[in-house]
Amino acid sequence: MPRTHTSQPAPHPVLSRLPGRAGRKTPDKLSVALTVNGVAAQLKVAPWTTLLDALRDHLDLTGTKKGCDHGQCGACTVLVDGRRIVSCLTFAVMNDGAEVTTIEGLAANGALHPLQQAFIDHDAFQCGYCTPGQICSAAGLIAEGKARSADEIRELMSGNICRCGAYPNIIAAIEQAMRRS
Amino acid sequence: MNGICRRGVLQGAAALAALGYHGDGRAGSAQHGAIPRQPGYQAEKPMTSYIGTPASRVDGRAKVTGAAKYAGEFNTSDLVYGSVVTSSIAKGRIARIDAGEALRIDGVIDVLTHENRPHMASTDAAYRDDVAPEGSPFRPLYDERILFSGQPIALVLAEEWEIARFAASLVRVEYEKETAFTDVHGRHDEAVALHPNGDLFGPPKPRGAAEHAFAAAEIRHEGEYYVPIEHHNPMETYAATVIFGKDGRLTVYDKTQGVQNVQRYLRSVFDMGPEDIRVMSPFAGGAFGSGLRPQYHVALAVLAARALRRSVRLVLTRQQMYGLGYRPAMIQRIKLGAKAGGTLDAIIHDATTVTSQYENFYRQETGWSGLLYKCPNAKYAHKLVRRDLATPCDMRCPSAATGVYALECAMDELAVALKLDPLDLRLRCYSDRDQNADLPYSSKALRECYRQGAEAFGWDKRSAEPRSMRDGAELVGCGMATGVWDAMQMPIAVRIALSANGHADVSCATADIGTGTYTIMTQVAADRLGLPLDSVTVKLGDSTLPQSPVEGGSWMAASVSNGIATTADAVRKELLRLAKRMPNSPLADAAPDEVRLADGKLVSRRDASRAVSIIDAMRSGAVDRIEQEHFTSFADDGSYAHNTHSAVFAEVRVDEQLGVIRVTRVVSAVAAGRILNPKTAASQIMGSVVWGIGMALHEETLLDHNFGRIMNPNIAEYHVPVNADVQDIKVIFVDEPDHIINPLGIKGVGEIGIVGVAAAIANAIYHATGKRVRDLPIAVDKLLR
Repeated sequence: MPRTHTSQPAPHPVLSRLPGRAGRKTPDKLSVALTVNGVAAQLKVAPWTTLLDALRDHLDLTGTKKGCDHGQCGACTVLVDGRRIVSCLTFAVMNDGAEVTTIEGLAANGALHPLQQAFIDHDAFQCGYCTPGQICSAAGLIAEGKARSADEIRELMSGNICRCGAYPNIIAAIEQAMRRS
Repeated sequence: MNGICRRGVLQGAAALAALGYHGDGRAGSAQHGAIPRQPGYQAEKPMTSYIGTPASRVDGRAKVTGAAKYAGEFNTSDLVYGSVVTSSIAKGRIARIDAGEALRIDGVIDVLTHENRPHMASTDAAYRDDVAPEGSPFRPLYDERILFSGQPIALVLAEEWEIARFAASLVRVEYEKETAFTDVHGRHDEAVALHPNGDLFGPPKPRGAAEHAFAAAEIRHEGEYYVPIEHHNPMETYAATVIFGKDGRLTVYDKTQGVQNVQRYLRSVFDMGPEDIRVMSPFAGGAFGSGLRPQYHVALAVLAARALRRSVRLVLTRQQMYGLGYRPAMIQRIKLGAKAGGTLDAIIHDATTVTSQYENFYRQETGWSGLLYKCPNAKYAHKLVRRDLATPCDMRCPSAATGVYALECAMDELAVALKLDPLDLRLRCYSDRDQNADLPYSSKALRECYRQGAEAFGWDKRSAEPRSMRDGAELVGCGMATGVWDAMQMPIAVRIALSANGHADVSCATADIGTGTYTIMTQVAADRLGLPLDSVTVKLGDSTLPQSPVEGGSWMAASVSNGIATTADAVRKELLRLAKRMPNSPLADAAPDEVRLADGKLVSRRDASRAVSIIDAMRSGAVDRIEQEHFTSFADDGSYAHNTHSAVFAEVRVDEQLGVIRVTRVVSAVAAGRILNPKTAASQIMGSVVWGIGMALHEETLLDHNFGRIMNPNIAEYHVPVNADVQDIKVIFVDEPDHIINPLGIKGVGEIGIVGVAAAIANAIYHATGKRVRDLPIAVDKLLR
């Protein structure tokens, strides 16, 4: 079919960065050994790479979300050695030897984790972007064993923002999973 | 006029043209079927039982397992990462931009600025998207002019994200600064007045003699109400991944509420053919109106991909999100005049709202006042003030969230002046007609919302006097408000492909931004095709699919559901045609309207024993696939008003010493036609109530007007409700059959839930404390002041 539009852009006339120009080196990459969702992973990452970016960009585990990169929203919550942390506030190299569990690792052999099923049952999400962080955070919360009432769950889940406003359903889902665990 | 032309989301002739059927090849063969909108639809009972049932989200598993992929998550080899440099001044020119240091960093590929960028279109028309307001749309990296703080001025491209971001910090910029003015207050003599005639969303025409009636009224209330700039803050930041194909064609994964809007925009900005660029958005991590217009990140990502002939990902930071659109700051002044018996004589509603220097964004805040309540005299005014800010945009329930906030606080104050129960005042002013257009409603069950909401809340237990209810150290208050929003519907096309194994693919270029569109489309299609839910696959968020308007205005559920019904009817007719040709067909004499699809069969409505299975009909006709694409538009003869309504009741507890406010209970009773899925619909209302709590108590974008710069561009200092801020929310859907609005009787629920919530909370705070705070958010300092 004849094409009337210029779909093939002309190559950019002058690349601002000229070949042979003296470069300023970026930090050397370091080796990090992680066990992610039970699988050993050996990574070469720069020291400035966060655990979050290592998961998303190096291991293609994009279930862990980036909502602020400042530890303010909780979307990047994962479990490191069983504890819930925001993975944007820790560098990958600081976690050498750690066991990391992400949302992709919660379902065992295709069967959903009780929290995952409870989130579906109670419609505890809408857009789904904060959901992996909410679920990982709730798994950490249950393991901590501190929350006994709905008010305590609310308080201890307040590091995970849900802009769609599914909070009451998130509480109902966590209560369901707590009852069953 | 009804629908969008009154005050809705779309603006301008361009918008209306965009809603027509765009001819880009695929559309040519589609058939058009206009649904006449007039009384007398046979209210069709669902054939099976999916419509109206609380089905869990069909995309739920993908979302709870991390499998759902968002725009910035489509990984590909050889990806270039972008990082944006933004302006630190609000007004002026870039005198010099030096990327030398950034370019010296290993791994940096290029730095694009207005000085070296490749060609982009040079006319306003090329940048005007389907929902652009009047004016001259922003063009990223176009020239040296600075129009707002946070404007993108350079794009660093590197082999790794961290390198791009580091290098972006090394781009040096010198400005020629001009004095910026960013405050909505002041300089109102320069404001632009909007008129009922001529300005698309100008205020409605007045009726009666409002000023005179107000002056003569037995009881008067007058108040000024302020809503600050608010930002959407969806959890997913704006992102685009542009895959550069071997043939030079681009696949763009974008976060948007309208893939076709973005596709048309990119085509015109970069002069590309319809086949050269495909925009995909299978999931969007929240948008709330911020994704209606194409955002600058997608233009920059495409610019870079074309420049480098490589795939590019550009993800904005949370801080950069504050350089996008926002809910405009507004000052509203309301005057209410009433008879001592509690009926309204006069409503005067004036609004002053903020826009940018380059586009006139506004919505009709004022008209809701005169529409909602019976009142013979009403008058409106709307002024627009231009400031050195980015252009505002639609944010959840634009115009009503704010306009009705002011109205419903004013009504509460009037009730106090009248010594009437606030609910009683609403009932005395109840109107069965749209008071502005003087039209009956196609349905309005607001009275029932008041009744059921009050009962569920226990409104009768409220004592009338402020500061009269207390629980320990906390003062307890109860407030209520009315909500109202438009029930709109838009032209839309839907394709259904039914295969002989009884599976249907249903496709439309709409979006699911968390609204549950995947799920309700599956339910409606399953019902209309007589198939189980898991035999239906919905495809959306792809610009190559049948034409859809942007998802907004709460119009998508009604539009796409009736669109599915139109196309499913065509599939049924085709199946009947095949069934009739079978030897000794039990449906030989049946007319299309005499058969329905149920349980995988074509069944006579008169005699259920006369049936042909879908599989048999297709096999006998030797077809393995029936594909139909139809266009559905919604004719409106203008004889009815179409609105959704709600009654919101809120309980607050205020610490008397500290002023800390807790919203302990909210009941929202909603009348919104037929509810397709009470589970996902209740979530829409619940989420909207949470937004209302944020609007009432937390949300405010703070500017330092000395610098014209936002001071809290992050999700810790721009407060949004967190889990501990939200307690008991009860959602009630009131039965509201509507046989006029469309064949399925659907109105939409995405926005009605926020309307009235901030007012109900503000009114409850007054009831608890005796203190009336008229500027949002109602933070502790305002209460203790």
